[in-house]
Amino acid sequence: MSTATIPSPTANLAWRDGKRYLWLLGALIPCLPLLGWGLVSATGWSVFWFSGPLFLFVVVPLADFIVPSDPNNPPEEMVPSLEADRYYRWLTYAYLPLQIGVFVWGAWMLSRGSLSVVDKIGIASSLGVVGGVAINTAHELGHKKEEHERWYARVALAQTWYGHFFIEHNRGHHVRVATPEDPASSRLGESLWAFLPRSVLGSLRSAWHLERERMARCEKRTFSPANDVLNAWSMSLVLWVGVTVAFGPGILPYLVLQAVLGFWLLEVVNYLEHYGMLRQRTASGRYERVEPRHSWNSNNIGTNVLLYHLQRHSDHHANPTRRYQALRDFETAPVLPTGYAGMIVLATVPPLWRRVMDRRVLAHYNGDVTLANIAPGKRAKLMRRHGAVEHAAA
Amino acid sequence: MAKYRCPGCGYVYDEALGAPREGWPAGTVLNAIDPEWTCPDCAVREAQDFVPVEEGAR
Repeated sequence: MSTATIPSPTANLAWRDGKRYLWLLGALIPCLPLLGWGLVSATGWSVFWFSGPLFLFVVVPLADFIVPSDPNNPPEEMVPSLEADRYYRWLTYAYLPLQIGVFVWGAWMLSRGSLSVVDKIGIASSLGVVGGVAINTAHELGHKKEEHERWYARVALAQTWYGHFFIEHNRGHHVRVATPEDPASSRLGESLWAFLPRSVLGSLRSAWHLERERMARCEKRTFSPANDVLNAWSMSLVLWVGVTVAFGPGILPYLVLQAVLGFWLLEVVNYLEHYGMLRQRTASGRYERVEPRHSWNSNNIGTNVLLYHLQRHSDHHANPTRRYQALRDFETAPVLPTGYAGMIVLATVPPLWRRVMDRRVLAHYNGDVTLANIAPGKRAKLMRRHGAVEHAAA
Repeated sequence: MAKYRCPGCGYVYDEALGAPREGWPAGTVLNAIDPEWTCPDCAVREAQDFVPVEEGAR
């Protein structure tokens, strides 16, 4: 039943989740803007308005370098009780009231005349980090079989207008992952900045298409309240109109800024999760099933506890409904040189990214570049560079 | 009317109940469903991969 390819540790009913209390740190992220406020008040240094980006792009990458990685997997026989332990899901639910509360607080701060434009950009950037990581919380919730958790996912996505994500991600990305047809799987030789518009627009188009088809099957109009893209976006509308009425239209540019930064974060993570990975076609013409070797992984504790094991991405793609606390590490999966937080920073500088990552993709495919998902415009050049010849028409 | 299970996540498609939210009304047999329709829970496997649930089994 399970698709695990490595045996779990021997039966040990005394096994304890070493990360049990570390998962509480996930709730730290939505508090970052408030923490920044406190630090600005205490020190007078207005740089702390940027507490969100400072934490995610400086503190977490450093922590990932210092803290040893954690390859521990729960024993298979412990998984049912681990998944049933409601403590873990309540931690993800806790993100939501914190996120909404801090968003409303942030909107109020942005409306105050006493702050400079730079300070307000700092606040917006910190709100953006909260909103971006909230897309990850929505990701954990949106994959679950319980209907109420799928509604919580929409709440988490409201701040960034990314409600279409949980539709496209679950029914589009997961189906086409690591194929040229997936807008959210990046290709060897493709820079982050070329990937972004392809993924943002392609995912939006795909979500709309999926819901239009579902509405047609249900014999409902496309513009129906049952359309999950529309009912998710309606939450964004309520939230944004609410704070704009309360605090004035002057906050709108900052709301846009935080939303763009939020979904930008999600899309960078999309970029690094499947870079260059390709599923081969089977004899029947279908793509081979998703295997651990089709996603990049990391066992760095810092990013893992903040992102609910998102970096154990291979197991997630093989078993998407498995809860975060039970996700496993696979020895057959390709491994990133550091955690997602540091890789996000690296991805923003494409020459550096390609220097670090292209050879890892090649090593994963034992030097055969034709097995990778290659950016069409870079194909001839990469084939020449790696001494490959086209076997047959792809 | 038969039941079929997604081999990936255990989701069960019961022909008697259909999957109305997905646009398959009660009574829709699996053969009438688009073979590329993906499992509504995991999206890893498709209708053509579903396996019959034997009577008496859970």
